[in-house]
Amino acid sequence: MNDTVDALETEKLSRSFGHFQAVREVSFAVPRGEIFGLLGPNGAGKTTMIRMLSGILLPTGGNAHVLGYDIRREPEEIKKRIGYMSQRFALYNDLTPRENISFYADIYSVPSSERGARVESLLAMAGLAGHRNELTRGLSGGWRQRLALACAIVHRPPMLFLDEPTAGVDPVSRREFWELIYAMAGEGVSVLATTHYMDEAEYCNRIGMMYQGGLIALASPDRLRRDHPGELYLLDCPEPELAESVLRRMPGVIGVSVHGALLHVNARTAADKTLIEAELAKAGVTVRRLEQALPSLEDVFIRLVEREREGQNPAVEN
Amino acid sequence: MNHLITIMRKEVFHIWRDPRTLALILLLPAMLLILLGYGISGERNKIPLVIADLSKTDASRAYTQKFLVSDDFAWAYSALSEQELLDLLDRNEAEAAILIPPDFGESLDAGRTAKVQFYLNGSSDPTDMQTIQLKLNAIHQMAVQDLLTDKLSRSPLASSLSMPIESFSRVLYNPNSDQRWFMIPGLIPIILQVQALLLTALAIVREREQGTMEQLIVTPVKPWELMLGKIIPYLVVGVFNLFVLLILGYFLFGVGVTGSFWMLVALSVVFIIGSLGLGVLISNLAQSQMQAIYLSVFVILIPAIILSGLMFPRDNMPLLTYIYSMLLPVTHYLEIVRGIMVRGIGAESLWWTAIFPLIVISIGYFVASVLAFKKRI
Repeated sequence: MNDTVDALETEKLSRSFGHFQAVREVSFAVPRGEIFGLLGPNGAGKTTMIRMLSGILLPTGGNAHVLGYDIRREPEEIKKRIGYMSQRFALYNDLTPRENISFYADIYSVPSSERGARVESLLAMAGLAGHRNELTRGLSGGWRQRLALACAIVHRPPMLFLDEPTAGVDPVSRREFWELIYAMAGEGVSVLATTHYMDEAEYCNRIGMMYQGGLIALASPDRLRRDHPGELYLLDCPEPELAESVLRRMPGVIGVSVHGALLHVNARTAADKTLIEAELAKAGVTVRRLEQALPSLEDVFIRLVEREREGQNPAVEN
Repeated sequence: MNHLITIMRKEVFHIWRDPRTLALILLLPAMLLILLGYGISGERNKIPLVIADLSKTDASRAYTQKFLVSDDFAWAYSALSEQELLDLLDRNEAEAAILIPPDFGESLDAGRTAKVQFYLNGSSDPTDMQTIQLKLNAIHQMAVQDLLTDKLSRSPLASSLSMPIESFSRVLYNPNSDQRWFMIPGLIPIILQVQALLLTALAIVREREQGTMEQLIVTPVKPWELMLGKIIPYLVVGVFNLFVLLILGYFLFGVGVTGSFWMLVALSVVFIIGSLGLGVLISNLAQSQMQAIYLSVFVILIPAIILSGLMFPRDNMPLLTYIYSMLLPVTHYLEIVRGIMVRGIGAESLWWTAIFPLIVISIGYFVASVLAFKKRI
C-alpha cells in the first residue's frame, strides 16, 4: 500500500433501491488518520453509504476505493483490512465477551501466538475483564458497545467503519467510547463514523452532512460554524410560539428554531437585533434575554436543510 | 480450515447453551415415534354397523350374524325402519348399515332372489369407504356361497360337489401385515426431514435477524466455511436422532433393520446433508424466521408427507406432481429405508431407483446452497 493514497475516496457513489435513491452521487475523500463523520437524520443514506464502502452492498452508480481497493472488484481485500461496527452491536448473546472476541480473532486469522494477549488487552480496553465469563446477553448498552468495538478491531484494521456507534448509550459511555476512537486515530487508524447526534459530530476532524441521499456540506466543525450566514441570537421569553410566528414574518430573520425553552433566531445582520426587539415588544412578547451566540452544528444543519428544502432549485451545493 | 472449526464451535455453543431447545431437538423425535408407533394402525376393524332387519326370520338373522361374527364389524344399533337407519348414519353413530326388506325370508323360501340394501358413508375417507365396501361385499359373497352350497348339498348332485378354484396368498417381507413395519420405517425419514430442514433454516435466518450475519459477511470468512460450519453440527444432531429412532423402533416395536445397517446409516447421512442444504437454500430466500418456517412447511414438509409415498402410492400421480416428488430427497430416502429395513434388499436393487437419485439431488442441493450464499446484503 502506498502512503500517499487516501484511506478512502468516493466518486459520485450512488445507490438506488427500485425508484428510491438512497445515496446520490456522493464524492469525498478521507485522508489517513482522520476521523470523518457522516452526519444526517435517519434515512439520509448514511448506513447505505457505509455498507457500500464495506463491500457488502454493490453501488448502482459511481465507485469508491477503500485503502486503495476497489469496492466493486476487490471487496474481500477490503474486508480483511477494515473493522466494521453496525448500529445493532451484532454480538452473540449466548457467548461470553471473551468468546465473542476470540471468535472474531479466529475469523480474522489473528496469529495464534498473539491471540491470547490481544483478547486480554481488548477485554481490558472494553472494561470487561471482570465480566469475561458472563454471557453477553446480560451486559448493558455501554459495555455491549465497547465489546462490539473490541470485536471490530481485534485484527488491528487500518480503517474503521462505525455506523451510529453510540445509539442507545449513556453520555459517559459515549465520551469514553470517543476517547478510545481518538486514541486509535492517534495511532494512524482512519475512521468513518455516522451519527445523528450533532454534539457527537464535534469529535470528528471533518464532517459530511447528508440529507436525502446527497452530501449537502463538507468541512471541519469549526469551518461549518464560521460559514453559518448572519448572526445567531438566543431568545428567552415566556411566549415562544407567539414569538416564533412574529419572527418568521420579519424579512431580516432567515431562520427560527426551537431548542428546549429557547428560540434560536438567525438574523441577517447584527443591525437586525434592535428591529427584533421592537417587533417583539409590539406583539406583546416579554423578552427576558436576547443575546448573541455561536451557532451549534445543529443550527448549521437545520439552516442547510431548510435551504435545501426551499431551493429544490438547480442552484444547490457545488 | 481453522475458520470452519471456529464456526462449528460457535454453533455448538448456540445449541448447547439453549437447554430447552436442545431438549426439544433430542426428545421430540423420540416422543413422536412412540406416539405414532402406538397410535397408528391402518387396519380398520370393529366398524360400527346398523342393522335394520325388517324380515325378522331365521334366514335374515343367519345372514346378518355373518357380519357380526367377523372382526371387521361390530353391532352398533338395530333399527326398526329405513328412516331410523338413515338418522343413525346422519348422526355418525355408525359407518355402514344393512337393510333387510320385510319379504327377505319369504323370497328365499320361495326360491326367488332376495334383496338386501347396504348403506355407506360417502363423506368419509374414500379409501376407508372402499375398504368397508369390500368387506361388506366379501362377507355377503360368503353368505351367498354358504346358501348355495347348502342348497346344492341337498340336491341329487351333492356327492360330486367341490369348489372349482381355491386360492392361497402368501405375503412376502411383512408376513403378518404388521402395520408397524409399514409405519416406523416411514416415520424415520419424515422426522429427520423436519429436524434437518427447520434447524438449519432457522439457525441462519436467526443470525440475519439479530444482525450478526451482517457482521460475519464484512469479515474475510468464505461462504463455504460459513455454510459448512453451520451445517456439520446439525448433521451430527441428525445422525444422533437416526440412532435414537432405530433403537426405539427395534426395542419398543420390534422393527429392526433386516438389511445392511451401515448402508442405511451411510445413506441417511447423504439424505441429511441434502436436507440441510435445502434448509440453507430456504434461509437464503427467507428474510425472517417466520418466512423460513412458512417456506419449509409449505414447500417441503407437507409435500414430503403427502407426495413421498409415506401415505399414498406415487405410481398414479399426475406427471407434475410426480416430478415434484422426485425432487424431494425424502421420496428416495423413504424408498431406501423401507427397502433396507423391511425387505432387506441391497444396493444392487435400489441403486438406480433410489440411491443414485438421492445422492445426485442431495449433493445438488448442498452445492447450490453454498453457491447461493452471497456475502452481500
